[in-house]
Amino acid sequence: MDGTWDAGAAVTASSGQPAPDTKVRGLVRRFGPTAVLDGLDLDIPAGRFVALLGRSGSGKTTLLRTLAGLDTAEQGEVILPPKRAVVFQEPRLMPWKRVWENVALGLPDHDARDRAEQALREVELAHRMDSWPLTLSGGEAQRAGLARALVRDPDLLLLDEPFAALDALTRLRMQALVIALWKRHGMAALLVTHDVDEALLLADHAVVLQRGQIGLQLPIDLPRPRRHGTPAFAVLRGELLGSLGLTAEEAA
Amino acid sequence: MSEQVLNVAPPGAWPRAASVGAWLRRLDVPGLRLRRFGLRRAATPLGILILWQVASSSGILPTRVVPPPLAVLLAARDLLVSGALIHHLSVSLLRVAAGLAIAIVAGATLALAAGLSRLGEDLIDPALQMARTLPFLALVPLFILWFGIGETPKVALVALGATFPIYLNLYAGVRGADPKLVEVATTLGLSRAGLIRHVVLPAALPHFLTGLRYAIGIAWLSLVVGEQINADSGIGYLMMDARDFLRTDIIMVGLAVYALLGLASDQAVRALERKALAWRPPAKVGR
Repeated sequence: MDGTWDAGAAVTASSGQPAPDTKVRGLVRRFGPTAVLDGLDLDIPAGRFVALLGRSGSGKTTLLRTLAGLDTAEQGEVILPPKRAVVFQEPRLMPWKRVWENVALGLPDHDARDRAEQALREVELAHRMDSWPLTLSGGEAQRAGLARALVRDPDLLLLDEPFAALDALTRLRMQALVIALWKRHGMAALLVTHDVDEALLLADHAVVLQRGQIGLQLPIDLPRPRRHGTPAFAVLRGELLGSLGLTAEEAA
Repeated sequence: MSEQVLNVAPPGAWPRAASVGAWLRRLDVPGLRLRRFGLRRAATPLGILILWQVASSSGILPTRVVPPPLAVLLAARDLLVSGALIHHLSVSLLRVAAGLAIAIVAGATLALAAGLSRLGEDLIDPALQMARTLPFLALVPLFILWFGIGETPKVALVALGATFPIYLNLYAGVRGADPKLVEVATTLGLSRAGLIRHVVLPAALPHFLTGLRYAIGIAWLSLVVGEQINADSGIGYLMMDARDFLRTDIIMVGLAVYALLGLASDQAVRALERKALAWRPPAKVGR
């Protein structure tokens, strides 16, 4: 994953300490005649948690896939920290590998199982490490996916709507878990979501994708742990909803 | 009354329809665990055998056309005692094993070459898709001309027939690997070899095993055809030889052996599937 993509946008994975910031400059990605990303600039400073919002079809996922190396933009420049990891909306575990083998996939062999166990303990799933993925619940499978990202000790954690398919209670637990892990490991994180409340609960920074560019950059300076319904929360919520073309009343 | 039925009762003693229903229901008594021992599933085939024997014994079925089950059993015993059955059986088994081994190697090699590279696909797939539409048993005359009447044409026929299901299923399995899992492998930094080993091949394994089951069925079918032409050993030869002497009982023994072999090899693949695909949750339908 290190190095430069061979076509289109220049993507550089820098190395060296400390982990550098993620920088995106002038990114262009077209699907047919429409430019989904149209000269997009974005910064994710090291250690910061950024939430990326946008209406469906606004290119949120395309941007994340570009940063993950799964999509190649036509133009622009991307500078990435050397170690990235992705958590997808679906757990995407290999059903023919036990949970720990999924977490350890791609790691050097000699201490893979120990490292996988360590990561699974962090997501409170060590007791299922020898299970088959198809026997896990939705929340457990997503925690295994999180452990698989975590075990790589990423500088940048890419989260593609990882809570969207979970039930409400499981989602709350997962959100708390992600924040706890982010605080402990101090990696930068980019969370793609369509949920304004989720962005306000988790992120340092919310950015809204509009017409292929970052339309709104909103620092979220609320103290953690955060709660719904405080006056400051409501003000930020109104601002984010407005930039998505909704009023707070419509979204209530 | 049920004792009478089990003891091959004379026709007059058959239970009336209504009480047959009651008798079958009684087979379901949970305490007897008949389901667990498969006795309920064996009831119909056993019933047919009993009817058959009764029909033969009472003269309804001419024994020259269809031998009674007991006569078939006796013929099987004679063949076992003389060693003929074991001899012909081992010849047949060897032919199927050799043909299947060739088919697995050839089918898997072609499928992987076509499934894993565009060049391989263009070179291999069109030819095999065309060849598979040919009814391969029609090649028998040509095979006799090419390979003579020894073991070669028989093994070749088995190998040819069994190659296609292996190829088709494994090729579809390799091509059908979930692109979402392939993406995961990319983000985890797996090499192409790692991708094939950890994602593509495991995803294709269930398809390969399905292909293997079809291949085994076709292998036995090809053997039946191959052994009825110019053979001097094998179960098929045993049956053709018996035809010349109007020994319908021996023909029936051959049929039963073919059936048992087919059943046994299918069970063997199922056992292999249970072991190799342990990650799949047990089916919840039809229990």
